[in-house]
Amino acid sequence: MATPAGMAQQGAAPRGGLGLGGVVLVVLAVAALVFPAIFHLPYHRDLAIKILLYATLAQAWNILAGYCGQVSLGHAVFFGTGAYTSSALQMHFGVNPWIGLVAGAGIAVALSQAIGYPCFRLRGHYFAIATIAIGEIIHTLAINWEFIGGARGLTLPLKQDSLLTFQFHGTKFIYYYIALALTVCCFLVTWHIQRSRVGYYLRAIREDTDAAQSVGIPVARYKLIAMATSAAFVSIGGSFYAQYVLYMDPDSVFPLSLSIMVCLLAVVGGVGTLWGPLVGAALMIPLSEFTRIQFGGTGSGVDLIIYGALLTIIAVFQPTGLVGLVKRWRRR
Amino acid sequence: MGPAERGSHPRFASMFTVPTADVVLQGIISGLLMGCIYALIAAGLSLIFGLMEIVNFAHGEFLMLGMYTAFWSYTLFGLDPLLSVPICGGVLFVLGVLTHKGIIRRILGAPMLAQIFATFGLGIFLRAMAQFLWTPDFRQVSEPLVQGPVRLFGVSVGLPQLVASLASLLAFGLLIWFIAKTETGAALEATAQDRQAASLMGINTERMFTLGWGISAACVGVAGAFLASFFYVFPYVGSLFALLAYVIVALGGFGSIPGSLVAGILIGLIEVLAGLFIAPAFKYVAVFGIYLIVVLIRPQGLFGKF
Repeated sequence: MATPAGMAQQGAAPRGGLGLGGVVLVVLAVAALVFPAIFHLPYHRDLAIKILLYATLAQAWNILAGYCGQVSLGHAVFFGTGAYTSSALQMHFGVNPWIGLVAGAGIAVALSQAIGYPCFRLRGHYFAIATIAIGEIIHTLAINWEFIGGARGLTLPLKQDSLLTFQFHGTKFIYYYIALALTVCCFLVTWHIQRSRVGYYLRAIREDTDAAQSVGIPVARYKLIAMATSAAFVSIGGSFYAQYVLYMDPDSVFPLSLSIMVCLLAVVGGVGTLWGPLVGAALMIPLSEFTRIQFGGTGSGVDLIIYGALLTIIAVFQPTGLVGLVKRWRRR
Repeated sequence: MGPAERGSHPRFASMFTVPTADVVLQGIISGLLMGCIYALIAAGLSLIFGLMEIVNFAHGEFLMLGMYTAFWSYTLFGLDPLLSVPICGGVLFVLGVLTHKGIIRRILGAPMLAQIFATFGLGIFLRAMAQFLWTPDFRQVSEPLVQGPVRLFGVSVGLPQLVASLASLLAFGLLIWFIAKTETGAALEATAQDRQAASLMGINTERMFTLGWGISAACVGVAGAFLASFFYVFPYVGSLFALLAYVIVALGGFGSIPGSLVAGILIGLIEVLAGLFIAPAFKYVAVFGIYLIVVLIRPQGLFGKF
């Protein structure tokens, strides 16, 4: 097989404060901060929260798949772990959801290592298929585990609005800021990884694992580091989702379709690039909502027709995604 | 209620049931029968991988289209699924060729991510398209040509299942014969072994790839027609079979077609026996669990070469 050239060009570090890039960044930041002041409709706020949440998940997936080249098709496992850990701890032991969120991330990291340690011996497609299998196993186990409500799922009790209870019924925009903080945090970590030695190691592993090994990069350890970072953010996203929706069942937080959605956003936006996941989420999530309104119900799946076609077209013609397209266009 | 007070979970404790010998025999036979169909589905996947090291993540959707082709042939023209086998095989052959020409040819040298997501996207597209065009309804061939149970070794077996698995075995045999005994098959095998050497020997490898995709898709087209005679047809039907097919191919060894027969039957048996001895809800946990164990111990699968 031909030597795999990087699917994504190494995500060039933003040319700090320089010209267009800096301006766009400032405008984005201001727009993100004042958003709830301008948009008061719950619908718009909900959409923004969803975009931020999915951007975080896609970015976390991107760390493992985009930078390190390990395609996981079972990331919903970590999302469900986060959602269920914080919720089950809260319901059975009265643990504060913030502590539950941290505990969930801890469990997700441990789980990611338990999955990664054996599975990273598998390469390429084998790894991807193994992650599907693990995702399906854990999904099934969750459906049959009564402690976490089985197939019925868990409904979190309503509490007083406060930062401590992680519930905001009267002032929903606080959820928005929490999601924004999470997204920013995830992006900063990715940005840092991209610029640091870790990032170079990860990309080296993606480009040619054997070569990376031969120049002394501890491949297994760095794959595990990427997996742990990725799992932690996805899990925190899951805990946030649980507190936001206050209801979860295995089919909503553990499904294969969620794992797929997360990859989809990152790949369409630009896998292995810093901004790809955000671009993907910002375009695709509203598209999803829009087609659902236009065509009604969840039965038609028009959004998936577009996603699927877009995914194939991008994989075939523009492997660096929309971000790559913009970069290419700007270079002209 | 805290969990600490329970030593063992009541649900898990009552989960293990001991079925009678009759039931076990019944299970083994139906597992064997289903396994033959799985094997045919997996063979197509394995063929492509052996040929060009690409996993077709739209394989399940190809199967789904095969099943719909059989269903519509029945509904529109009154053609029984068993008789529409050539149509399903032909339609899917064309689809496979088009997929290669339109998509796969362009990503042969591409990085793995692009290879995975090109077919993955195709799968999502086909599934959503089927749902859009034909609604998510479960459909069934109401009056198939063969129906009802038949006695076999003292247990009763669905005649459609029996016919479908025997026919699948036949198709499987035909595939092996084609690869082993015909000149084109030899060229296919040569391309799989060494693409460059094969092209130096005057084999048009591009044609072999196209043929490989055609045959691979035709396999699921045929399997789809057999399945349609006793299984529900709906847009997501492919996902379940595709998951099993990936597991079977990885278990049997990517690229090994006899491997997919052994692994297919193995998975068919594990599925049924886990359903009987543990709990029906856990049968896929057992299937995927055993797959993981085998692959982790022997990453190349049972019959894989590398």
